Amino acid sequence: MAENLAPNWRLREQRYQLVGNVCLNCNAKFFPPRQVCANCRGTEFDSFQFSGKGELYSFTTLRSAPAGFENYAPYSVGMIKLDEGPLVEAMLTDVNEDELAIGMRMEMVTRKIREEEGERGLIVYGYKFRRDNENEEKRNARR
Amino acid sequence: MRDVSIIGVGQTPVREHWEKGLRQLAVDAVLAALKDAHTEQVDAIYVGNMLSGELTRQEHLGALIADQLGMSGVAAMKVESACGAGGSAVHAGFLAVASGQYRRVAVVGVEKMTDLWNGSVTAGLAMAADGEYEAANGISFVGLNALMMRRYMYEYDLVEEDFAPFALNAHANAVHNPNAMFRKAVTLEQFTKAKKVADPISLFDSSPICDGAAAVILSRSENLNGNAARAISIAASTMATDTLALHDRQDPMWLRAVELSSIKAYAQAGITPQDIDLFELHDAFSIVAPMSLEAAGFARRGTGTYLARDGEISINGKLPISTMGGLKARGHPIGASGVYQITEAVQQLRGEAGKNQVPNAKIGMTQSLGGVAATAVTHILKGK
Repeated sequence: MAENLAPNWRLREQRYQLVGNVCLNCNAKFFPPRQVCANCRGTEFDSFQFSGKGELYSFTTLRSAPAGFENYAPYSVGMIKLDEGPLVEAMLTDVNEDELAIGMRMEMVTRKIREEEGERGLIVYGYKFRRDNENEEKRNARR
Repeated sequence: MRDVSIIGVGQTPVREHWEKGLRQLAVDAVLAALKDAHTEQVDAIYVGNMLSGELTRQEHLGALIADQLGMSGVAAMKVESACGAGGSAVHAGFLAVASGQYRRVAVVGVEKMTDLWNGSVTAGLAMAADGEYEAANGISFVGLNALMMRRYMYEYDLVEEDFAPFALNAHANAVHNPNAMFRKAVTLEQFTKAKKVADPISLFDSSPICDGAAAVILSRSENLNGNAARAISIAASTMATDTLALHDRQDPMWLRAVELSSIKAYAQAGITPQDIDLFELHDAFSIVAPMSLEAAGFARRGTGTYLARDGEISINGKLPISTMGGLKARGHPIGASGVYQITEAVQQLRGEAGKNQVPNAKIGMTQSLGGVAATAVTHILKGK
């Protein structure tokens, strides 16, 4: 089931740079970007690059993976509350399952998401989130 | 709008049906419902299904099922809204009869899940969520429910065991339902020792992969002919939506579509939540049960598990739920579940639920959800 490049290519700004958008009418920020503002239904936006920093809102570890991800199971995924507001869902990386805790500082990194088999198989890259030790220490020092 | 009644119900047992395909299951259920309604013909057929293309390489279910029933010629179509397809199909059938366009319709929910291996089914089910931003990141459907459950436990200071009564109740009720997949009671010890699928969700928090079909025959209430005595009227049929992706919600701890469709349903039926005698909710995962109880107005925010703890959800409680086993133990053949719920509520309101009969059941509510409740379809049924 070889997939075309296009559906991955057209999401490149989102997957590699966490580019969303901001509504010019009400200033609401979105990731992923929207065509119609979920807050005021405005249709004019500027693109907006998120910092990739945030806090862990929730997490789990998947023991059985959907097709295409079998080779990576078990793996942890989470919801990250970005500092600019939106929640984003992603795989978590560079962290042990038992260290994960709600509220932990996280940062975005670009990683391989999955690899298709076969000669024409795509290697899909995108964002994952890892523990942001530096910011966690700073925050703890402030307390 | 014309009043609409349910004059017949039918269902196949929920199983791994190795010897039957999607078409056989659907036809079995419709034939049983037609027999129950003492009728042979309908004007239209609505097929609730989510994944026939992905799991059985078959779409165009309307024409297929009409043909296999020997009814080619009637209007027929598939209705899809992920795991809420069954409820949506009944809603479509209800509107068709209420509008006056059709006098009598059949609605069948069907899902054939066991023809592919589990990884492909898991990938298929993930299509209920956002393909580009949830499924593409390897987040399965159970994964999304686990993310919700973990946060819910954190916000309301709960542990896994607080959810056990939902699973125990569903399994206890399934024991006496011959059509249920798991006819075995579960103990608290078994629940706490169960393997985690996606922590904090364990095997006993999750509904199974299975096959099944359920059907109802809807008719104008004004000409029920010989069916008047057993007819159950549809007092409300409502539907609402929420953001498809969990991450797009302002408040991921509140099922907005459940709230909206419930409020609309109470208004349409002219009742309040206190009038409901039983509630077939969408317990695909334990976490959905308390969140549904809250958003549908039966419990305050964060207190949905208390109803279960206090025994209020059992057959003899204040608000019996999953009375024939629910999605958890009757089984959750995805697009069929919403129709199973209605079939079971009809059994209750007719007084034909056997050992699981809710005493004096007059008003039943069913709620079929799609995705992480991005779709909610609510029905309120009234008996005699």
